[in-house]
Formats: sequence, C-alpha cells, structure tokens
Amino acid sequence: MSTPVTGLPNPIRPAFEKGSTEGSVIVNIGPSHPATHGTIQIVAELSGERVLRTDVHCGYLHRGFEKECESHTWHNLIPYVDRLNYCSALINDFAYCEAVEKLMGIEITPRCRYLRTLLAEYSRIADHLTCIAAALMELGAMTAFLYLVTIRDYIYEHLADLTGARVTYSYGRIGGLAHDLPEGWLERLGGILDQMDTFTGRVHGLVDRNRIFIDRMRDVGVISTAEAVNWGFTGPILRSTGVPRDLRKDTPYLAYAELDFEVPTGIKGDNYDRYYVRMREIDESAHMIRQVMEMLPDGPLCVDDRRCTFPDKKLVYTEIESLINHFKLVMDGPQVPPGEVYSAHEGANGELGFYLVSVGGGVPWKVHCRSPSFVHMGGVHRMLDGYQLADVVPTFGSVNMIGGECDR
Amino acid sequence: MNEAVFAQVREHVGAVAREAAVTNGVLALLIEPASLLEVVRALKNAFGFDMFLDVTAVDWPGREPRFDVVWHFYSTKHFVRVRVKTRVAVADPTVDTLAPFYGSARFMERECHEMYGIVFRGNDDLRPILLYEGFEGYPLRKDYPKQKEQPLVPYRDAKP
Repeated sequence: MSTPVTGLPNPIRPAFEKGSTEGSVIVNIGPSHPATHGTIQIVAELSGERVLRTDVHCGYLHRGFEKECESHTWHNLIPYVDRLNYCSALINDFAYCEAVEKLMGIEITPRCRYLRTLLAEYSRIADHLTCIAAALMELGAMTAFLYLVTIRDYIYEHLADLTGARVTYSYGRIGGLAHDLPEGWLERLGGILDQMDTFTGRVHGLVDRNRIFIDRMRDVGVISTAEAVNWGFTGPILRSTGVPRDLRKDTPYLAYAELDFEVPTGIKGDNYDRYYVRMREIDESAHMIRQVMEMLPDGPLCVDDRRCTFPDKKLVYTEIESLINHFKLVMDGPQVPPGEVYSAHEGANGELGFYLVSVGGGVPWKVHCRSPSFVHMGGVHRMLDGYQLADVVPTFGSVNMIGGECDR
Repeated sequence: MNEAVFAQVREHVGAVAREAAVTNGVLALLIEPASLLEVVRALKNAFGFDMFLDVTAVDWPGREPRFDVVWHFYSTKHFVRVRVKTRVAVADPTVDTLAPFYGSARFMERECHEMYGIVFRGNDDLRPILLYEGFEGYPLRKDYPKQKEQPLVPYRDAKP
C-alpha cells in the first residue's frame, strides 16, 4: 500500500488571490467539475452570485502533440490530428492533409474533393449536435439531449461503417482517402439526414420559444463583433455576433465554391444566438451534403503520385517496384519538399489552421496547430464576467471548448 | 484581390522587410525584431489585418540567430493572410508584445513563451498555460528530449 500524497504544489498560479472589493469571494471551478464538459479550470471572483472577473486555465489535456509530431512521418500524424477535435475528427484530417498537399504541390482528384466536402459537413453536423445536446442537457433539457444524441449516434455508427471507427477515424490520406464508400452508404446517409430533420424540428419546437430556455440564454454571454474579432473568435461565435464570416465562403476550399449555401448569423452574439446559429448550420450542412450526393463524380480516389499514395496491395505482393515503394513510404514517409505553409479550414468551432515547416524528407520539422478552442479560451472571460455564476455553465457550453484541440 | 492587397503591403513595408514573397497563398514578411511594432501597426491600421491568428516559433539549432518567431494575421475585410517572421538569438530571445494591438495576443504569447522561451517584452502575464507552474525547460526546443518526464505527482512504487 502506498501512502496518499499530500502537500502537492498547485499546478496553476491564479491571476488574483484576493478579492478586489470587500465581501467578494474567490471560488475555483474545475478542472473536474460535473457542470463543465471538458477539463477546464475557472478561478472566479464573485460578489454574491455575480461574477466579477475570471481567470481561465487550460492545459490539463496537454499531451505534447506538436513535440510528438516532430518524430513521426507525415502519414503517421493522421491519427494524432484526429484526436484534436474529437467531435469532428474528419475536418482535422482533411485540414492537415490539405496543408501537406499544398507543400507537395498535389491537387486531389475530383471524387476525393467532393467526398471530403461531404464528410467534413457530416462531421460538422455531428459536432454541432454534440455541442447543442450537451448545452441543453446542462440546462435540464434531457429530452432534447436524447433526440440530438440519437442522431449523432446514427452518424457515428454510419461513419464506423465507412471508416471502421466511431470517433477517431484516421480516414484522410495525403493525396486522397483511405478507401471508397461501401455499397449502400449514400442511401443510408439520405435516410439519416431525413430523420435528423425530424428530430431537430422537435428540438426547435421544445426549446426555441421556451420561456425558461430564453431566460437562461437571451442576453447572456453577449459579445460584440468588434470584441469578437479583437479576441480572435472565429466560427459560430463570430457569426453569432451578426457577421457572415465563414472560411467556406470567404476563402473557398474543397468544393465549397460550387455549392449553394447560406452563412447563418445571429443578432447580438449571446448564448441564444450561438445556439441558433449552430442549429441553422446543421440545416445548411445537410443541404450541402444533399447537393454533393447529386454531384459526386466517379473516378479515382487518390492521386497517382508515388511520393504519397500507397500502391495497390496486390502489386506490393507481385512486383518489386511496388514492394520497394510501399516499404519506402512506410519506413521513410512521404518525401515533402522544403517549405512552409499555413492552411486553414472552417472547423466546427472556427478557424482550424495548420502551420507546417518542412526541411525535406519524410518527417516534419515543425507542426503547429492553430486550434480555435485555445484561442477562444483566451477571450472567454469577456463572456463570463458580469453575469451570474449559474450563467457560466450555458455560456461555457455555447463556446464548445474541446479539450483535445485546446490543450494539444 | 489577394494580389492587389499583397502588392500594397509590399510597397508599404518593403523598406523594412528583408524578404516579402507570396508562398502558398500567404504573404510572408521577414523583418527585423526592431521593426515589428511598426509593421504590425501598418498591417492592422492601413490594411485591415484585424485578426491575430497565432504566434509560434521555429527552432533552428546551429543557426545564428537560432529562433524564428512567426505570427499569422488574417484580414476579415480582404480575406487574406499574412505571415510575419523575425529572428531572435537564444541569448536574448526577446520580441515586443502585440497585446496593445490585439486582445488575444496576451494569452497566445503565453504558449509561445512556455514552449520556446521567447520573451514578449511588455506582456506582464507570461504564466504557463498548457504546462504547469515549475515546469523546467522549453519542451518544443529541439534540444529538449522528447521522453523527459517532470511529473508533478510522484509515481507510485509498482512493487507491492
């Protein structure tokens, strides 16, 4: 039996340890608290129930992602980037792969481009469903939670049919995708989207005009456009302030330039707007997926480039060139020319950017991830200060901090 | 559209930038640390680069000066990105903070500080953010061993 450890040093140093006014108290929320999903620590100064100021600490899920990336081949990083935003792992996959493809000067095939678009939107739906479901559950709306998570689970199972995994798919490949769609996959996709429309419709009916919900969400956690930009907010939070800033429209990538979709915006950037923007984005994503299903071209999935694409397994076993090619790709990794690139996709939470530096060869020199959640943690105090202690929970839920990408 | 903005920026900061080239759709400027504030002020006020995307560093052991400090900015008006890069030596890895221009800079510089030891002059809050108080060394420097462990909670003895 080992004795329990006592007298451990505090891993954080709060920005303030004494109250600024007489009668204020300092409380510590988290990092393991039932009302915050995600390991986050908020040191708050309270005057009664009112939050005067907060000091947000993250990093409890830090696992040295960027350090680890520097000793593995470009291909081996794909499972790692999956674990950044684990609610929409495919978006991470595609953003990372596109950054490497830019360095290598590769243009992906049309079928891959459309499939990535479809899957990225599908992941976005899953992410938004998770965020809204959790936020509603924290307000006590258990039925709405179950409705939304039911659909999310259909999506997870459906993606497991495609990729073999429910959450961390490792499905992107540099220059393509792991494999093509299984038979009947698109039919099931249409079925899930139709069911989703029914269930999100029910959630709209349950909460949109619900007095309790509105009282908790309207005019809580308000942030203006100018402040949001100043604090680096992107994604649904920035759009909830009323500006249609969306990388899919502003700097079109993949097949977004060919799709018809709207960028939903809020009115004043409060919790209600963030809820509503996400719900509307789910509709828009479904609309985009239905368009891509119609447009999906036939043809090869991966580029025909021996620097990154694995040869057919049958050839590996029958001809020496392919065997060597396979061996070199596994042992040395894809040979990426020297250079640096910053490539960003519109992640479910905002701008997900990868800054890669290559010195040539199969291993990156540096991988930096610009994760929206981390940036949002730098500005979230603007949405917490001045409101009630109980408002911390819905506001934090509407920010949708994902520990995996925040702490890396 | 991009080219027009990039051309204007190049014309404006060309005198202080050692290099200004468009690579992979991003205008990359290499500047001296001393002209950082001047360049960023121009980028923000004259060209609408109103969003601070991130700050990080790149370690080049054996090169003098050893570190690149890299910032990315985005313009929500022109939808273009610019990369600003400067070089600092390991003996004095100091650059100016961008906190006066961007709210998010004060927080993001904490990560770069703890990972690379870059000091942001004028930022009074360089506490660890992803790491913990008392962590020794700068883990993203190339000379920090990947397997090195600094547990806050001592490991328990595995023997019964």
